[in-house]
Amino acid sequence: MAAPELSHPLPSTRKRLTPAHRWWWKFQRISGVVLVVLLFAHLFYNLVLGDGVNQIDFAFVAGKWAAPLWKWWAFALLVLAMLHGMNGMSYLVGDYARSQRTRRFLNALLGAATAVIVVLGTLVIFTFDPCPQGADASLLPSFCAEVGK
Amino acid sequence: MPSTPTLYRGHEGMWMWIVHRATGVAIFFFLLVHVLDTSLVRLSPEAYNQVIDSYKTPLYGLLEAGLVAAIILHAFNGLRIIAVDRWTWALRHQKLLVWVVWGIFVVLMAGFLPRQLTNVFGGE
Ligand code: HEM
Repeated sequence: MAAPELSHPLPSTRKRLTPAHRWWWKFQRISGVVLVVLLFAHLFYNLVLGDGVNQIDFAFVAGKWAAPLWKWWAFALLVLAMLHGMNGMSYLVGDYARSQRTRRFLNALLGAATAVIVVLGTLVIFTFDPCPQGADASLLPSFCAEVGK
Repeated sequence: MPSTPTLYRGHEGMWMWIVHRATGVAIFFFLLVHVLDTSLVRLSPEAYNQVIDSYKTPLYGLLEAGLVAAIILHAFNGLRIIAVDRWTWALRHQKLLVWVVWGIFVVLMAGFLPRQLTNVFGGE
């Protein structure tokens, strides 16, 4: 199949690019660079160090989140990756959705999904209880016994 | 069938653009699920461990390896895009940089795959 010829370039993009577009374009790049550090440390710590995937269970997560550093690490990863992913997906919506209505609808859906996931994740990280009352002690991190809960 | 040459049909940059798009979308959908499964730590240790245990099976172990592969490609190609937008040197050598991305990918996967596969398929 022959590629369509580019006989009618789109009207000047200058007119269609709002300041918000420019802000997000920059954000996509800055968040990308930060995500390289956040995400590779996350993967290395969880999947390569120790016993790799096999070490992951409730006690492992509780042990990590006992340190504020890992809580804020998780929070930064959550917010930056979701916003970066949301904006990236909305580039696809802009490219593939054919009508203004579909575009609006899909972008609204994306925004809503992102808000729900970010709020849920944030609540989980900051209201997490490593030693829930009445839980099977063998599933909890060892420090729960010392705290005497 | 005459085909009009277009800007970058069939060259390194075009394939990388497809890879970047496909991996970005895959990682996004995984992330939605990943936040939901991690949220189970707020429900109960049993609920979380049960779901995470299914991730330690061979099928999920391979899917995870695929996810890590996708992240490595997207991350380093993302850095290539940033560099090409920013520096003329990188723009001039963008094709070479595509191969650098693949090189980094091969090296990192060679380090990660044995680790992951022995964890998932290995003895204890
Ligand atoms: C690990 C570090 C990452 C880097 C360096 C990075 C870099 C980038 C860059 C520079 C772009 C813009 C491409 C363009 O404008 O042509 C982009 C697009 C995108 N990113 Fe990332 N990214 C990273 C992680 C992620 C993550 C974790 C997700 C998913 C949540 C994601 C999803 C996307 C999507 C869906 C796009 C749009 C793709 C397109 O327009 O074709 N990225 N990324």
